[in-house]
Amino acid sequence: MTKAIVTVMLKDGVLDPQGKAIGHALGTLGFAGVGDVRVGKRIELELAETDPAAARAQAEEMGRKLLANLVIESFKVEIV
Amino acid sequence: MKAAIVVFPGINRERDMAIALELSTGHKPKMVWHKETSLDGIDLVVIPGGFSFGDYLRCGAMAAQSPIMPAIRAHAERGGHVLGVCNGFQILTEAGMLPGALLRNAGLRFLSMDCHLRVERADTAFTGDYQRGQVFRAPLAHGDGNYFASTETLDRLEGEGLVAFRYATPDGAILPEGNPNGSARSIAGILSPNLRVLGLMPHPEDLVDPLMGGTDGKPLFDGLAAALAA
Repeated sequence: MTKAIVTVMLKDGVLDPQGKAIGHALGTLGFAGVGDVRVGKRIELELAETDPAAARAQAEEMGRKLLANLVIESFKVEIV
Repeated sequence: MKAAIVVFPGINRERDMAIALELSTGHKPKMVWHKETSLDGIDLVVIPGGFSFGDYLRCGAMAAQSPIMPAIRAHAERGGHVLGVCNGFQILTEAGMLPGALLRNAGLRFLSMDCHLRVERADTAFTGDYQRGQVFRAPLAHGDGNYFASTETLDRLEGEGLVAFRYATPDGAILPEGNPNGSARSIAGILSPNLRVLGLMPHPEDLVDPLMGGTDGKPLFDGLAAALAA
């Protein structure tokens, strides 16, 4: 079994109002010097595939077909 | 005209849509569960609003992978009409049947309010009972209605006249104060290149009877009934 971690983030240039709100709240709490804040998703997958390259290819296809919406998001796959 | 309303788990506006369709067409639409795979004999497929699959992952992402989706896509490919409202619009974008995506509202809040829509073209089956430039009131209720697309896509939509409705002020001006959710270029609804697939965020089906507080949305359904009467 292989574990794949898919990280999905909004693309640069896509407004992230959640990130903005979190940045604002951090400022309210007194954390100074916080620049841009971006919020994403981490999806952990257990895959039966044991070959790391094949598992990566599978997770990348899942990313393209469902886990990320490539109009607004990008993703990366880590095999652990 | 035979209309079908596709029902996904978590959808909650299918009955409003059925009332609006029956008022204009005189026939009860068929309710089609998302696990069905056929839309034979149907002229108009409607994907109503709600929160399909609890908005898990992204609004509409799960519904876009449902068993009924290939039949909806095939219906559109043979030139059939498809109307997606609110979550239905989100589902159509997630399925790649309309371009762009609906992001979280720019103000982060879930909005439940009336907005005003300006009709950008009146020569479609959906807008034939409106006048170009006409402004009408429509309720909206969504957390993710902020239309986004790449600059090239937005230019193409505008260049090809595929913007159906824009958020406007009551007197028809396209201004930030008339745009409740931050949508790019105030876009509230878009059409497919053949003008037969329409997705929009607001709910014209919820203003089709004086008892609902107005009939501003009724021309959309009357127009559809007339255009698809044959």
